[in-house]
Amino acid sequence: MAKKKKWEYSPAPESKQPAAIAGRYALFINGKWQKPSSGTYFNSINPATEEKLSEIATANETDVNKAVQAAKQAYEKYWKKISPTERGKYIFRIARIMQERARELAVTETLDGGKPIRESRDFDIPTAANHFFYYAGWADKLDFAFPNKKANSLGVAGQITPWNFPLLMAAWKIAPALATGNTVVLKPAETTSLTTLKLAEIIQEAELPPGVVNIITGDGQTGAWLTKHNDVNKIAFTGSTEVGKIIQHTLAGSQKKLTLELGGKGANIIFEDAPIDQAVEGVVNGIFFNQGHVCCAGSRLYVQESIAKKFIQKLKDRIGTLLVGDPMDKNTDIGAINSAQQLKTIQAYIKIGKAEGATFFETDCVLPKKGFFCRPTLFTNVAQSNRIAKEEIFGPVLSILTFRTDDEVIEKANNSPYGLSAGIWTDKGARIFNLSKRIRAGVIWANTYHLFDPTSPFGGYKESGFGREGGLQGLHPYVQLS
Amino acid sequence: MTQQSRLAIWKTYKIYIGGQFPRTESGRSYAIKNSVGKTIANACQSSRKDVRDAVSAARSAWGGWNNRSGFNRGQILYRIAEMLEGRKKQLKDELMAQGYTATVATREINLSIDRLIYYAGWCDKYQALFSSVNPVASAHYNFSVPESMGVVGMLAPTNAPLLGVISLMAPCIAGGNTCLILADQEKPLAAVSFAEVLHSADVPNGVVNILTGYQQELTDWISTHMDINAIVCFDQEKPDWQKIQENGAGHVKRMFRWNTQQLLRAGGQSPYLIMDLQEIKTTWHPIQTIAGSGGAY
Repeated sequence: MAKKKKWEYSPAPESKQPAAIAGRYALFINGKWQKPSSGTYFNSINPATEEKLSEIATANETDVNKAVQAAKQAYEKYWKKISPTERGKYIFRIARIMQERARELAVTETLDGGKPIRESRDFDIPTAANHFFYYAGWADKLDFAFPNKKANSLGVAGQITPWNFPLLMAAWKIAPALATGNTVVLKPAETTSLTTLKLAEIIQEAELPPGVVNIITGDGQTGAWLTKHNDVNKIAFTGSTEVGKIIQHTLAGSQKKLTLELGGKGANIIFEDAPIDQAVEGVVNGIFFNQGHVCCAGSRLYVQESIAKKFIQKLKDRIGTLLVGDPMDKNTDIGAINSAQQLKTIQAYIKIGKAEGATFFETDCVLPKKGFFCRPTLFTNVAQSNRIAKEEIFGPVLSILTFRTDDEVIEKANNSPYGLSAGIWTDKGARIFNLSKRIRAGVIWANTYHLFDPTSPFGGYKESGFGREGGLQGLHPYVQLS
Repeated sequence: MTQQSRLAIWKTYKIYIGGQFPRTESGRSYAIKNSVGKTIANACQSSRKDVRDAVSAARSAWGGWNNRSGFNRGQILYRIAEMLEGRKKQLKDELMAQGYTATVATREINLSIDRLIYYAGWCDKYQALFSSVNPVASAHYNFSVPESMGVVGMLAPTNAPLLGVISLMAPCIAGGNTCLILADQEKPLAAVSFAEVLHSADVPNGVVNILTGYQQELTDWISTHMDINAIVCFDQEKPDWQKIQENGAGHVKRMFRWNTQQLLRAGGQSPYLIMDLQEIKTTWHPIQTIAGSGGAY
């Protein structure tokens, strides 16, 4: 059969200009931009071009201490005393300014992290702003959230966010913390600090009392100092299970409250009665959204044996049309891998998959010469015991397995130390409810995948962490009940 | 035959695993003394293997117990209270043999029974209270419900041989979890007799497992066990909480310390303790939008 000609798209580039990225960013402590006492800065680069975007301050132990003290004082001096209604109004302001500066934030997010501009613009930024808007409204309604109990704030919340959804994760952390009356020291991931620093500008613009939110930048060491600090009352971490365990270990014996949102290996399950074309779209969204840098990615695909051949062919045809390349192009489906290091990890797993005997397939798209890119990749003939079926790859690599019966797939899906998310595709309502009950995961997407909403609690079972972010249940990690 | 000439039958205090009363596989025992230092029983000094057996019994029992309706679990908790009511005399004697006054022993037993009744009533209610239908901004139906965590390791306190065990167990199993309880090291007799109560109260085998032994020896095995999802003990207690938490971090265990003072008072019970041992699951499903045009039908 002659090779079909690919549909050609004209470039539709977004402008870099709205990002307005400064040449250098200091630390945001006590309402002011302060130079790091280390005097050192690290480069933040655009992973799609490898060009330097800005210089970011490295916070050392002295800076971490300064930020925590600022947050502690702000808690005693302002935030504890202010009426809950006024507290809520400050948070509403943040949401509004984020909406006003949405384009600036979206372009910055894409330049800094490599995700397609379409995703930054239509998902990350609006969802982040909505999160603030949602929790702002909770501030003066906490008496209704916990029947028969009074919700008390904890004090200083130390928060550490990952690089896959930088601004959105900052919103998930800061909004509920502020709404419940806590003050914040937040450290964004090293490779993606820029939108969080812009959020600091927004917080300044919203005239929050100094020290209520502090943003410190740096690598894992900065985060470690934050988690160990004695005046921090709560730690919220989103990131790898490996680091999550270290943090939990560090906090052992302390009075600090902890929530962890860690890794996953989401099972996306396709039954033979599923709406096939929609399921193919769901699988594509499940694994290739944000280059697969998603903790709840549907990275383990279970297809019922009777439709496996047909389904996998359709999936291959569909991913052949995905546009991989310039994240700033509005046509792009898959942007740049977040960092050289992450690309290396993904490539190592592809090697492992091949060595384990799984059948490798990648699309034939042409990758840009510069920057960090990876073709959409599938592995078929994967065994449950293969590392590519067990371990989180955090890239655009899908492991495909098959099953025959409901019981079999439930057992296979649950046979994982993780338990963050799962997808179920079937036309039968009773089957959906059976599986959604028996699969041990915090989020179940039935006949859909990768949906997020400020009102909807998110978080894991087992080694995917504990505590919920979003919704009514997302208030609990930030309060002490009495 | 006169009353005096009859020799009393002493009781062997064994452990409770998977609905059976074995001795510890290690064959070890330790002496339990009364208030004047006389040995009144030889309790099992459980081993690592007993912990593992108890966990695997609890894991096997979990699926079925979790699947029982809340109503059914409530009836079983109520049945435990009924059975305990009938054994008051025995438990009172055991508490008094270890130094309790009659008044304090009676108070502890009554509180224990009432606490079981309290949690029996929660079994089919906490779900409604702590669930939510979430008004997401897209065309999806979205709801969040509590679900049991799985197998819970529980360390009983030292100042309430019976009430401590029941205050741990009841909120745990009311929420569909199964458990392994390490009884008070010095005063384990009431806990063992309570296992006999459980055994006659329609509690499925393995839902509750009770071990006796040395806390210092066994907490390490409990806190490092990969198939225990959560650990609960009381604050103000001896076990090395930092070490337990460090061990548990190895596979992201959920770990809680409940307030001892509060638990020992009447009213020291709460659906929030049930919720400590629950996960929240959120489910999404699309809502058809092709019919109608947004107006009323």
